[in-house]
Amino acid sequence: MDFTRLTIAQVRKKLDRKEISSVELTKAYLERIGKLDRKLNAYITVTEKEALHTAKKADEKIAQGDASPLLGIPFSAKDMYLTKGIRTTAGSKVLENYIPQYSATVLEKMEHAGAVLVGKNNQDAWAHGASGEHSDFGPTKNPWNLAYIPGGSSSGPAVSVAADLASFAIATDTGGSIRQPASLCGITGLKPTYGRVSRYGVVAMASSFDTMGHFTRSVEDSALILSVTAGYDEHDATSSEKPVPHYASELKKNIKGLKIGMPKEYFTSGLDSNVSKTVKTAMHKLEELGAEIIPISLPHTQYGVGVYYILQTAEVSSNLARYDGIRYGNNRETFGDEAKRRIMLGTFVLAHGYYDAYYKRAMKIRTLIRQDFDIAFRKVDAIACPVSPTPAWKIGEKVSDPLAMYLADIFTVTANIAGIPGLAIPAGFAMGMPVGMQLLGPQFSEDILFRIGHQYQLTTDWHTRKPDLPV
Amino acid sequence: MYYQPVIGLEVHVELKTKSKMFCTCSAIYFGQKPNTQTCPVCLGLPGALPVPNKQAIEWCMLIGMSLHCEIPFLAKFDRKNYFYPDLAKGYQISQYDEPFCQSGYMVLSSGKRIGIRRAHMEEDTGKLLHETVDGKKVSLIDFNRSGVPLVEIVTEPHFTNAVEVKEYLQKLQQIVRYLAVANADMEKGEMRLEPNISLRKMGETELPGYKVEVKNINSFSFVEKAITFEIARQAKLLDTDTLPVQETRGWDEDQKLTVSQRNKEEAADYRYFPEPDIPPFVWEKTYIEQVRKQLPELPEAKQKRFNATYSLPGYNAEILTRERTVADYFEEAVKIGKIHAIEAKKIANWMINKKIDIETVLPATLIKEIKSVEVVEELPEDTLKKIINNVIDSHGKVVTDYRNGKENALMFLVGQVMKEVKGKAKAETVREALINLLK
Repeated sequence: MDFTRLTIAQVRKKLDRKEISSVELTKAYLERIGKLDRKLNAYITVTEKEALHTAKKADEKIAQGDASPLLGIPFSAKDMYLTKGIRTTAGSKVLENYIPQYSATVLEKMEHAGAVLVGKNNQDAWAHGASGEHSDFGPTKNPWNLAYIPGGSSSGPAVSVAADLASFAIATDTGGSIRQPASLCGITGLKPTYGRVSRYGVVAMASSFDTMGHFTRSVEDSALILSVTAGYDEHDATSSEKPVPHYASELKKNIKGLKIGMPKEYFTSGLDSNVSKTVKTAMHKLEELGAEIIPISLPHTQYGVGVYYILQTAEVSSNLARYDGIRYGNNRETFGDEAKRRIMLGTFVLAHGYYDAYYKRAMKIRTLIRQDFDIAFRKVDAIACPVSPTPAWKIGEKVSDPLAMYLADIFTVTANIAGIPGLAIPAGFAMGMPVGMQLLGPQFSEDILFRIGHQYQLTTDWHTRKPDLPV
Repeated sequence: MYYQPVIGLEVHVELKTKSKMFCTCSAIYFGQKPNTQTCPVCLGLPGALPVPNKQAIEWCMLIGMSLHCEIPFLAKFDRKNYFYPDLAKGYQISQYDEPFCQSGYMVLSSGKRIGIRRAHMEEDTGKLLHETVDGKKVSLIDFNRSGVPLVEIVTEPHFTNAVEVKEYLQKLQQIVRYLAVANADMEKGEMRLEPNISLRKMGETELPGYKVEVKNINSFSFVEKAITFEIARQAKLLDTDTLPVQETRGWDEDQKLTVSQRNKEEAADYRYFPEPDIPPFVWEKTYIEQVRKQLPELPEAKQKRFNATYSLPGYNAEILTRERTVADYFEEAVKIGKIHAIEAKKIANWMINKKIDIETVLPATLIKEIKSVEVVEELPEDTLKKIINNVIDSHGKVVTDYRNGKENALMFLVGQVMKEVKGKAKAETVREALINLLK
């Protein structure tokens, strides 16, 4: 039996019943990485030695009867997450040789939970991009078709879960960087509420948008991970003190009577007709399960990408200033084109004389987009819509057209602008490539999103489909 | 041509909080080994996030309150973006348009009011050290100071000469020391000043079309010299119809002149924007009042009270209130002196004239010293007895209290007698006489 294909919930049982040890499971993943990653390029650094050491310790604990949910489970982390003593590059040559002195809060939580880090994932450099092609360590390939992009910026983490190179992967979502590749790779991806999970120790992209989420094979697993990562952190002044709900029991509730909004602005002419059909079919399924689909409007949606690319680049230009060539061993020439483009854009919108016209105005529209959601959530419990306007595209297709690349974020940026949670779940296929559905909810409503997603996955099997990869 | 100087001042005061502004590293960096008081946050490492120091913010508010500032209910931090090797993050966390304190003033001894535009919070930078290592000239960075809390106090351009500036600075230093929030030692860089100076024709009221900022001033005497120099330099230019260049100049103490450092074209565009890592502050009125309650009596109020309560001459009260510790010492000595019928005025004179070292001489010891050299010209015994009897007669209730066992009542009566005899009897003698007469 191939244990690498199992969900966390499934493999947990196997571990607890001693059908497999954490060391065996870890070795199985490492072996798969060894065989497949040369083609997929999902990893920048594989931490074999450390992983086997952690797995051995986990087995000792399991032998003592410890059945903590993540104990002994192999996972990977986007290379934005600082790992003490393990190289952390953010996908950029600027940090090619950077070995952090401390670990991100989320990784400390993982360590505490006994999860086994098998490696650091590839990504668009500094999390800039929607295709994975902007990595200084080469593009990551979509396991459903190696000629296609897996989405980005969390290209590696998405592929490591979709191709069974890790049991789950933690990543970051600033404008759609988890939900979009989840959709394009046919897996479950969560972007939590801003402030729900600590940002401490994760390379900052755009601080007021950055959220720490993860990829899993099921919604049930996603809930499990969030119950470990969520919560207040004294090192992050923007983290919330709100108590963390018991997600595992919440997702078991049915969705009868739940009101789910269908925003007309997300089903426009720019949306691929196959994607549109797939998402509508999925929504129909939710209706069958007892939810009520209600047409709604989010009138400022069209300004989302514009607002995002002003505010985000402003923050990027400031956040990347510390890589000034004095420390970290590489000078600013080492930045790739996309980072340079964003530094220049951001510097421009903040410059004296332009601030009012760009930054300040974008902040005002940010408020309007938030209000759109506030108003909508008075009528509905959640919103269902597409994640990406198209399925995955061919490698190289948009790489020379930054604007087309930016527009890939159109349905995902709004959640980051408003700070609300978003869950992407597999909903079908278009032209042989996966298509996801996005569920959005009010701030701190992850429990409701999990509930809808889990109930959907109980009656569909899209999330269990696997790409055919020759080993 | 006659000109009127227009001078404004920016002062940075380093707070003496235990920890830094945005992390838990020790803020006491003076004399420490380089880079030993650092962490991911003050080193600006990837992923590190700032968490504001509440104590520092309250102390900033106290400084503002002492300068009659308003404390707005809304405040936030902003990023000031610029490049310098000692700036760990490539930006400094500061406050731009919503500072913790604004619109205050300070009154100078002449009665002139100097407007305070704002007092805000920011973080200090690291320090560059230019040294020779293995025969090579290198620049090293010490991040121990990085992230130490700074309060910047900005005045309106209300000064017209160096004397006013100096008085303002001395008063400001005195206030922050009274508040016990800063040492403000200029030599250690705990208080830094940047005056901006320009001139306008006598009688004009508009601000001149330029200003010159002077940096690198680390003593009160330098600030006086630098301003005097600048006024003369600019006047000379204006006399030849040349508008001085808007620029930053540095004071060169060796040559006793200011040198151009950076002109308007080279001026940085700081690209301020709200600090996304720290949520904005919304203060409750009750919280601000709670902070206000921490305000101690400030030098001016104390001086007035000393004048009134102890009938000290203005000059003495000013000297005794210069430092809070001296003022406290004086009041402690007065309390003890009362028992021994030693007047506050006398204590003040002793402290000032004999330059009493308050660190080594206890207030009680001082009183003993004063008493020991006091030659009491005593009243005749019967006169004293008459006075004592008068006091007994007019304080019936106190006498009853004494007879009922209240020892304090006796001290009160001694005090009353001592007041009447105007120093012409020893407290000990009065006490014994009282005890006898009340038997």
